[in-house]
Amino acid sequence: MKSSVVVFPGSNCDRDIAVTLEKLQFKNTMVWHKETKLPKSDLIVIPGGFSYGDYLRSGAIAAKSNILNEVIKAGNDGSLIIGICNGFQILIECGLLQGALLRNFGLKFISKDIFIKIQSNKNKFFNKYKKDEVVKLNIAHNEGNFFTDKKHLKELEDNNLIPIKYCDEKGNITNASNPNGSLNNIAGIFNKNKNILGMMPHPERMSDKICSDDSGLPLFLSLMN
Amino acid sequence: MKFSVTVTLKKDVLDPQGKVVSQTLKNMGMTNLIQIRQGKFFEIDLDEKNPSKAQDQVKEMCEKLLSNQIIEDFKIKQKE
Repeated sequence: MKSSVVVFPGSNCDRDIAVTLEKLQFKNTMVWHKETKLPKSDLIVIPGGFSYGDYLRSGAIAAKSNILNEVIKAGNDGSLIIGICNGFQILIECGLLQGALLRNFGLKFISKDIFIKIQSNKNKFFNKYKKDEVVKLNIAHNEGNFFTDKKHLKELEDNNLIPIKYCDEKGNITNASNPNGSLNNIAGIFNKNKNILGMMPHPERMSDKICSDDSGLPLFLSLMN
Repeated sequence: MKFSVTVTLKKDVLDPQGKVVSQTLKNMGMTNLIQIRQGKFFEIDLDEKNPSKAQDQVKEMCEKLLSNQIIEDFKIKQKE
Protein backbone atom coordinates (compact mmCIF):
# COMPACT_ATOMS: atom_id res chain seq x y z
CA MET A 1 0.00 0.00 0.00
CA LYS A 2 1.11 3.54 -0.65
CA SER A 3 0.82 6.24 1.95
CA SER A 4 1.55 9.94 2.22
CA VAL A 5 2.24 11.81 5.44
CA VAL A 6 1.66 15.54 5.13
CA VAL A 7 4.18 17.67 7.03
CA PHE A 8 3.60 21.24 8.24
CA PRO A 9 5.90 23.57 10.13
CA GLY A 10 5.28 22.42 13.68
CA SER A 11 4.21 18.84 12.94
CA ASN A 12 5.90 16.55 15.43
CA CYS A 13 4.29 13.12 15.08
CA ASP A 14 5.11 12.77 11.40
CA ARG A 15 8.23 10.65 11.99
CA ASP A 16 6.46 8.32 14.42
CA ILE A 17 3.70 7.50 12.00
CA ALA A 18 6.15 7.11 9.11
CA VAL A 19 8.12 4.55 11.12
CA THR A 20 4.91 2.65 11.90
CA LEU A 21 3.78 2.65 8.28
CA GLU A 22 7.19 1.59 6.97
CA LYS A 23 7.36 -1.21 9.50
CA LEU A 24 4.15 -2.53 7.94
CA GLN A 25 5.66 -2.27 4.43
CA PHE A 26 3.68 0.79 3.36
CA LYS A 27 5.53 2.69 0.65
CA ASN A 28 5.46 6.02 2.37
CA THR A 29 6.20 9.54 1.12
CA MET A 30 6.57 12.60 3.32
CA VAL A 31 4.78 15.51 1.62
CA TRP A 32 5.68 19.11 2.55
CA HIS A 33 2.66 21.42 2.88
CA LYS A 34 3.85 23.72 0.07
CA GLU A 35 3.58 20.93 -2.51
CA THR A 36 0.73 21.27 -4.97
CA LYS A 37 0.62 17.60 -5.96
CA LEU A 38 -0.04 14.63 -3.77
CA PRO A 39 1.55 11.29 -4.77
CA LYS A 40 -1.01 8.62 -5.58
CA SER A 41 -1.79 7.18 -2.16
CA ASP A 42 -4.10 4.59 -0.64
CA LEU A 43 -3.77 6.36 2.68
CA ILE A 44 -3.17 10.02 3.52
CA VAL A 45 -2.08 10.88 7.04
CA ILE A 46 -2.40 14.31 8.64
CA PRO A 47 -0.14 13.86 11.66
CA GLY A 48 -0.18 15.37 15.12
CA GLY A 49 1.82 18.32 16.34
CA PHE A 50 1.41 22.06 16.58
CA SER A 51 1.15 23.25 13.00
CA TYR A 52 1.87 26.97 12.82
CA GLY A 53 2.13 27.10 16.60
CA ASP A 54 -1.66 26.69 16.91
CA TYR A 55 -2.03 30.34 15.82
CA LEU A 56 -5.62 31.64 15.46
CA ARG A 57 -7.19 28.23 16.16
CA SER A 58 -5.46 24.83 16.19
CA GLY A 59 -5.24 23.66 12.59
CA ALA A 60 -6.79 26.80 11.08
CA ILE A 61 -3.71 27.97 9.18
CA ALA A 62 -2.64 24.50 8.03
CA ALA A 63 -6.15 23.97 6.66
CA LYS A 64 -5.50 26.73 4.11
CA SER A 65 -2.15 25.36 2.85
CA ASN A 66 -1.51 24.33 -0.78
CA ILE A 67 -1.46 20.61 -0.17
CA LEU A 68 -4.78 20.66 1.66
CA ASN A 69 -6.56 21.46 -1.61
CA GLU A 70 -5.24 18.13 -2.90
CA VAL A 71 -6.12 16.33 0.32
CA ILE A 72 -9.69 17.67 0.11
CA LYS A 73 -10.00 16.51 -3.50
CA ALA A 74 -8.63 13.05 -2.63
CA GLY A 75 -10.95 12.81 0.36
CA ASN A 76 -13.99 13.70 -1.71
CA ASP A 77 -12.89 11.08 -4.26
CA GLY A 78 -12.88 8.40 -1.56
CA SER A 79 -9.20 8.12 -0.54
CA LEU A 80 -8.60 6.94 2.99
CA ILE A 81 -7.54 9.80 5.23
CA ILE A 82 -6.63 9.72 8.89
CA GLY A 83 -6.04 12.86 10.93
CA ILE A 84 -4.55 12.32 14.37
CA CYS A 85 -4.69 14.97 17.11
CA ASN A 86 -3.64 18.20 15.33
CA GLY A 87 -4.48 16.28 12.14
CA PHE A 88 -8.05 15.88 13.42
CA GLN A 89 -8.16 19.62 14.12
CA ILE A 90 -6.93 20.32 10.57
CA LEU A 91 -9.53 17.99 9.01
CA ILE A 92 -12.24 19.89 10.88
CA GLU A 93 -10.87 23.31 9.95
CA CYS A 94 -10.68 22.37 6.26
CA GLY A 95 -14.24 21.08 6.27
CA LEU A 96 -13.60 17.40 5.54
CA LEU A 97 -15.03 16.66 8.97
CA GLN A 98 -17.68 18.64 10.82
CA GLY A 99 -17.76 19.96 14.37
CA ALA A 100 -15.16 21.74 16.43
CA LEU A 101 -12.39 20.87 18.89
CA LEU A 102 -12.54 23.25 21.82
CA ARG A 103 -10.07 23.87 24.61
CA ASN A 104 -10.02 21.00 27.11
CA PHE A 105 -12.67 21.36 29.79
CA GLY A 106 -10.08 21.63 32.58
CA LEU A 107 -8.00 24.18 30.60
CA LYS A 108 -4.95 21.96 30.92
CA PHE A 109 -2.79 20.32 28.30
CA ILE A 110 -3.30 16.60 28.87
CA SER A 111 -0.64 14.04 28.06
CA LYS A 112 -1.47 10.60 29.38
CA ASP A 113 -2.58 7.10 28.54
CA ILE A 114 -6.34 6.73 28.31
CA PHE A 115 -8.78 4.03 27.25
CA ILE A 116 -11.13 4.02 24.32
CA LYS A 117 -13.97 1.65 23.52
CA ILE A 118 -14.49 0.49 19.94
CA GLN A 119 -18.07 1.42 19.07
CA SER A 120 -18.08 0.01 15.59
CA ASN A 121 -15.60 -2.17 13.70
CA LYS A 122 -17.41 -2.48 10.40
CA ASN A 123 -15.23 0.06 8.66
CA LYS A 124 -11.80 0.39 7.05
CA PHE A 125 -10.07 1.68 10.17
CA PHE A 126 -11.09 -0.57 13.07
CA ASN A 127 -11.91 -3.95 11.52
CA LYS A 128 -8.98 -5.64 13.30
CA TYR A 129 -10.43 -4.67 16.67
CA LYS A 130 -13.42 -6.37 18.26
CA LYS A 131 -16.61 -4.41 18.84
CA ASP A 132 -16.65 -3.07 22.43
CA GLU A 133 -12.95 -3.84 22.80
CA VAL A 134 -11.21 -1.56 25.32
CA VAL A 135 -7.96 -0.21 23.93
CA LYS A 136 -5.22 1.73 25.70
CA LEU A 137 -3.87 4.67 23.72
CA ASN A 138 -2.09 7.93 24.48
CA ILE A 139 -3.48 11.44 24.21
CA ALA A 140 -1.49 14.70 24.20
CA HIS A 141 -3.53 17.79 23.44
CA ASN A 142 -4.86 21.12 24.65
CA GLU A 143 -7.85 21.35 22.28
CA GLY A 144 -9.52 17.95 22.12
CA ASN A 145 -12.92 18.78 23.52
CA PHE A 146 -15.18 17.73 20.64
CA PHE A 147 -18.30 19.78 20.14
CA THR A 148 -20.95 19.87 17.47
CA ASP A 149 -24.58 20.88 16.99
CA LYS A 150 -27.51 18.59 17.79
CA LYS A 151 -28.27 17.86 14.16
CA HIS A 152 -24.74 16.70 13.39
CA LEU A 153 -24.53 14.71 16.62
CA LYS A 154 -27.70 12.84 15.68
CA GLU A 155 -26.31 12.20 12.21
CA LEU A 156 -23.10 10.82 13.76
CA GLU A 157 -25.03 8.59 16.14
CA ASP A 158 -27.61 7.34 13.65
CA ASN A 159 -25.00 6.37 11.06
CA ASN A 160 -22.33 4.76 13.26
CA LEU A 161 -19.96 7.61 12.57
CA ILE A 162 -18.51 7.62 16.10
CA PRO A 163 -16.07 4.67 16.09
CA ILE A 164 -14.35 5.41 19.41
CA LYS A 165 -15.32 6.86 22.78
CA TYR A 166 -13.29 7.52 25.91
CA CYS A 167 -13.93 4.98 28.66
CA ASP A 168 -12.32 3.63 31.81
CA GLU A 169 -10.15 0.51 32.02
CA LYS A 170 -13.24 -1.67 32.30
CA GLY A 171 -14.98 -0.06 29.36
CA ASN A 172 -17.45 2.15 31.23
CA ILE A 173 -18.16 5.32 29.30
CA THR A 174 -18.60 7.88 32.08
CA ASN A 175 -17.92 11.52 32.88
CA ALA A 176 -15.02 10.42 35.02
CA SER A 177 -13.42 8.64 32.06
CA ASN A 178 -13.81 11.66 29.81
CA PRO A 179 -10.41 13.36 29.85
CA ASN A 180 -11.22 16.61 28.06
CA GLY A 181 -14.98 17.25 28.27
CA SER A 182 -15.70 15.88 24.80
CA LEU A 183 -19.39 15.70 23.88
CA ASN A 184 -20.66 12.18 24.75
CA ASN A 185 -17.04 11.04 25.33
CA ILE A 186 -16.35 11.21 21.59
CA ALA A 187 -12.68 10.46 20.83
CA GLY A 188 -12.96 10.24 17.05
CA ILE A 189 -15.43 10.64 14.18
CA PHE A 190 -15.90 9.63 10.56
CA ASN A 191 -17.23 11.59 7.62
CA LYS A 192 -20.46 10.31 6.03
CA ASN A 193 -18.67 7.85 3.73
CA LYS A 194 -16.37 6.56 6.49
CA ASN A 195 -13.26 7.08 4.38
CA ILE A 196 -12.06 9.97 6.55
CA LEU A 197 -11.27 9.48 10.24
CA GLY A 198 -10.31 12.14 12.76
CA MET A 199 -9.19 11.02 16.22
CA MET A 200 -7.49 12.67 19.19
CA PRO A 201 -5.64 9.58 20.59
CA HIS A 202 -2.32 8.60 18.99
CA PRO A 203 -2.30 5.02 17.65
CA GLU A 204 1.20 5.53 16.19
CA ARG A 205 2.59 5.99 19.70
CA MET A 206 1.46 2.48 20.58
CA SER A 207 2.58 0.59 17.54
CA ASP A 208 5.54 -1.24 19.06
CA LYS A 209 6.00 -3.07 22.36
CA ILE A 210 9.56 -1.72 22.58
CA CYS A 211 8.19 1.83 22.96
CA SER A 212 5.19 1.25 25.18
CA ASP A 213 2.58 -1.03 23.70
CA ASP A 214 1.30 -2.22 20.37
CA SER A 215 -2.39 -1.62 21.06
CA GLY A 216 -2.55 0.97 18.24
CA LEU A 217 -1.17 -1.43 15.65
CA PRO A 218 -4.50 -3.11 14.70
CA LEU A 219 -5.68 0.24 13.32
CA PHE A 220 -2.95 0.17 10.69
CA LEU A 221 -3.47 -3.55 10.08
CA SER A 222 -7.18 -2.78 9.55
CA LEU A 223 -6.28 -0.33 6.81
CA MET A 224 -4.33 -3.06 5.03
CA ASN A 225 -7.19 -5.55 5.35
CA MET B 1 -10.18 51.46 4.97
CA LYS B 2 -9.95 50.21 8.55
CA PHE B 3 -12.11 47.66 10.30
CA SER B 4 -12.19 45.92 13.60
CA VAL B 5 -13.49 42.40 14.04
CA THR B 6 -14.48 40.75 17.29
CA VAL B 7 -14.82 36.98 17.42
CA THR B 8 -16.55 35.44 20.42
CA LEU B 9 -17.79 31.98 21.30
CA LYS B 10 -21.48 31.42 20.65
CA LYS B 11 -23.80 31.73 23.62
CA ASP B 12 -24.29 28.00 24.21
CA VAL B 13 -20.62 27.08 23.79
CA LEU B 14 -18.73 26.65 27.05
CA ASP B 15 -15.99 29.25 27.49
CA PRO B 16 -13.68 27.84 30.19
CA GLN B 17 -11.18 30.70 29.88
CA GLY B 18 -13.88 33.32 30.36
CA LYS B 19 -15.13 31.36 33.36
CA VAL B 20 -11.71 31.33 35.02
CA VAL B 21 -11.20 35.05 34.36
CA SER B 22 -14.63 35.80 35.76
CA GLN B 23 -14.03 33.67 38.87
CA THR B 24 -10.69 35.38 39.49
CA LEU B 25 -12.28 38.83 39.28
CA LYS B 26 -14.98 37.72 41.70
CA ASN B 27 -12.26 36.48 44.06
CA MET B 28 -10.68 39.95 43.75
CA GLY B 29 -13.85 41.38 45.21
CA MET B 30 -15.85 42.30 42.12
CA THR B 31 -18.87 40.46 43.35
CA ASN B 32 -21.42 42.19 41.10
CA LEU B 33 -19.82 40.57 38.06
CA ILE B 34 -22.39 38.45 36.22
CA GLN B 35 -20.21 36.77 33.60
CA ILE B 36 -17.29 37.21 31.21
CA ARG B 37 -16.96 35.75 27.74
CA GLN B 38 -13.49 35.87 26.25
CA GLY B 39 -12.93 36.49 22.54
CA LYS B 40 -10.48 37.60 19.87
CA PHE B 41 -9.99 41.03 18.37
CA PHE B 42 -8.58 41.83 14.90
CA GLU B 43 -7.62 45.20 13.42
CA ILE B 44 -7.84 45.06 9.64
CA ASP B 45 -6.40 47.66 7.28
CA LEU B 46 -7.61 47.20 3.70
CA ASP B 47 -6.46 48.90 0.51
CA GLU B 48 -10.00 49.35 -0.87
CA LYS B 49 -11.96 52.56 -1.30
CA ASN B 50 -15.40 51.16 -2.01
CA PRO B 51 -17.03 50.66 1.43
CA SER B 52 -19.46 47.94 0.44
CA LYS B 53 -16.72 45.98 -1.38
CA ALA B 54 -14.48 46.33 1.66
CA GLN B 55 -17.28 45.21 4.00
CA ASP B 56 -17.91 42.15 1.86
CA GLN B 57 -14.24 41.28 1.86
CA VAL B 58 -13.91 41.54 5.63
CA LYS B 59 -17.03 39.38 5.97
CA GLU B 60 -15.41 36.81 3.70
CA MET B 61 -12.25 36.88 5.86
CA CYS B 62 -14.36 36.20 8.93
CA GLU B 63 -16.28 33.37 7.33
CA LYS B 64 -13.31 31.66 5.73
CA LEU B 65 -10.57 32.03 8.32
CA LEU B 66 -10.96 34.37 11.28
CA SER B 67 -13.87 32.52 12.87
CA ASN B 68 -15.15 28.98 13.05
CA GLN B 69 -18.87 29.52 12.64
CA ILE B 70 -19.84 26.29 14.34
CA ILE B 71 -18.63 27.67 17.65
CA GLU B 72 -18.01 31.37 17.09
CA ASP B 73 -19.85 34.57 16.12
CA PHE B 74 -18.16 37.61 14.62
CA LYS B 75 -18.92 41.33 14.64
CA ILE B 76 -17.48 43.75 12.07
CA LYS B 77 -17.06 47.45 12.78
CA GLN B 78 -15.89 50.00 10.22
CA LYS B 79 -13.46 52.46 11.77
CA GLU B 80 -12.89 55.08 9.07
